[in-house]
Amino acid sequence: MTVASQRLVGVRRTAPRRTSLKVLLDREPVFSWLLMALPLLFLACLVGYPFVYGLLLSLQDRPVAQAGTFVGFQNFVVNFHDPVFWQVAINTFVYTGVATLLKMVGGLCLAVAMNQHFRMKNLVRALLLLPFIVPTVLSTVAWMWMLDPAFSVVNRLLVALGWPKPGPSWLGDPTLAMISIIVINTWRGLPFYGITLLAGLQTVPPELYEAATIDGAGGWQRFRFVTLPLLRPIILIVTLFSVIFTFADFQLVYVLTHGGPQNATNLFATYAFDIAMGAGQLGLGASVALAMLPALAVLIVALTIYMRRN
Amino acid sequence: MVTGHGPLERAVRLWLPVGFFLVLALFPFYWMAITSIKPNAELYNRNVMPLIVHAPTLKHYVDLLTKTSFLLWTWNTMLIAIVSTAISLVLGTMLAYPLARMRFAGASLIAMTVAAVYLVPQPLLFIPLADVINRLDLGNTLTSVILTYPTMLVPFCAWLLLGYFKTVPKELEEAARIDGASRMQTVLNIFLPLCMPGFISAGIFAFTLSQNEFLYALIFLTKTTVRTVPVGVIAELIRGDVFYWGQLMAGALLGSIPVALIYSFFVEHYVAGLTGSIKG
Repeated sequence: MTVASQRLVGVRRTAPRRTSLKVLLDREPVFSWLLMALPLLFLACLVGYPFVYGLLLSLQDRPVAQAGTFVGFQNFVVNFHDPVFWQVAINTFVYTGVATLLKMVGGLCLAVAMNQHFRMKNLVRALLLLPFIVPTVLSTVAWMWMLDPAFSVVNRLLVALGWPKPGPSWLGDPTLAMISIIVINTWRGLPFYGITLLAGLQTVPPELYEAATIDGAGGWQRFRFVTLPLLRPIILIVTLFSVIFTFADFQLVYVLTHGGPQNATNLFATYAFDIAMGAGQLGLGASVALAMLPALAVLIVALTIYMRRN
Repeated sequence: MVTGHGPLERAVRLWLPVGFFLVLALFPFYWMAITSIKPNAELYNRNVMPLIVHAPTLKHYVDLLTKTSFLLWTWNTMLIAIVSTAISLVLGTMLAYPLARMRFAGASLIAMTVAAVYLVPQPLLFIPLADVINRLDLGNTLTSVILTYPTMLVPFCAWLLLGYFKTVPKELEEAARIDGASRMQTVLNIFLPLCMPGFISAGIFAFTLSQNEFLYALIFLTKTTVRTVPVGVIAELIRGDVFYWGQLMAGALLGSIPVALIYSFFVEHYVAGLTGSIKG
C-alpha cells in the first residue's frame, strides 16, 4: 500500500500542477476524515449521546414529562431489592442459554444435512431461511394462534395422538410459556446458524475427508476431528452474535406473552419497557436496561476483537 | 461428505433430516395461509379437521383492506424501509471507503467503534432515545423512525461494505489517479460502479432489518396514520382480549410478502450478506 502510493506520487510529477486546496483534499487523512465526518457525527448524536444520556437517566428519579432529580445509585438499589428484577435476570439467562444451545446444535445438524448434493438444493436453502426473513412480529402472531388456549393446532394434533384433552396450556403455564418462547426463538434463529455454518462447511477441502477416510475414520470421527475444528471460528462468531441479540430480545416476548404469566417470561428488555413506557419511570427503566450492559459489554468487546483479528 | 449410495440410505441421511427441517420451518406459514382463507365458522369449530380448508373465503382479506388502515401501514413501512436503507447505504459507504482503502491515524479505532456500535442492541438505547425524540417534537412522525433506524443500519452497512470493498481490486482506482482524477472522482466514477453486488447485498439486508424493526416503531408511532405493519397489526387487530385471527393471519401473510418477494429475487445476495455480516 505504502509502496504503491509513493510510486504514484512519483508518476504524478508529469501531470499538470493542481491548486494547493485540491492537493490538500486528496491527502489520505484529510480525504478520509472529511468523508467520515457526516456518518460519525450522525452516530455520535443518535447512538453516542443517547447512550451517555441513558447512563445519566439511570441515576435520576425521572417520571415521564417531568424534570428529573439526581438520586445517585438509588434505582440500582431498588432493583437489587426487587424480586421481579432477579426473576427477570434468571429468565433472561435461561432463555439465552437454552435457545442458543438449541440453535447451535440444530444449526449444525441442518448444515451437515444440507451439505450433500441433491436437486433443488438452492430452493430448499431459500425456503429454510424464510423464518429468519419474515418480520418476527408477524411470524410470532402465527405461533400465538398455533398455541391459542382454545383452538391450538399443536394441541389438536397432540390430542389426536392420544394426549389427554384439552392439551397443555402453552402460554398460561409459567414453565410451558418459557419453553414456548425458547422454541419460537430457536425456530427463527436456527436458519441463521444453519446457513452460515453451511457456508463454512463448503469451504472445507474434500481432500481432508478423503485423507481421514483413508486413515480409517468413520462418519462421526470425520465430523468430530475434521469438520468441527475447522468450523470452530465460525461457530464462535455466530454464537456470540446470536447470544447478544437473544439476550436483548424484545419483540417475540412482547407479542407472545407480554412477559407473563406472572413474569415467568419477562426479560430485561420487556421489563425495562414496562417500567419506562408503561409506568412512566424513565430513570428506573433505564437502570433495568443498563443491567444488561456488563454482560453485553463483555460479549461485544470479545466479538469485536475476534472479528477484527479474522 | 456423501458416502451413502443406496436409495434407502440416501433417504435416511438426506431427505429425513432435510424434510424435518423443511416441515418445521414452513408449517407456521402454511398455518398462516390456510387460517387467512378459512371462514370463522370453520376457524372456531373444534369438530372440523383443521389442516385443510373446507370452504375457502377471501372475507378476512376484504375486511383487512377495507376496515383497517392496513394499506396505509404498508405504504408507511415501505417508505420508511426504502428511505432509511438509502440513507444507510450512503452513510455506510462514506464510513467504509476510507476504512477499506486509506491509511490514516485512528483507522483501526474507528473500525472497532463501527463494529461495536453495530452490535449494540436497541433495548439498551430505546429509553433515552424516546426522550430525545420527544424533545425534538418528532413523536408520531415517520421522520422519527427514518432518523433512528439508520442508527443500527449505518454501522451494519458500513461493516458489510467494508468487507466487500476490500475484495475489489485497487488497480483501476490507481490507474484513474495516475490519469489525474481526484480522489472524489475516482470513488464516484471508478470505484462505486464496481461495487453494485455489495450494495445489493447490504441494501436487501438493511431493507429486511427495517421491515422487521418493532421497538422504535412501537414507541414513536402511536397514531393509526403513521403506524407500520407490525405495530398496526399488534395494536389494532388485537382489541383487548378479542383476536381477529382471520384478519391477523391475512395481515401477517400480506406483511411478509414484500420481504419474501425481494428475498426470493436476490437470495444469493442475501446469503452473501448473511455470511458477510459476521465476517470482517
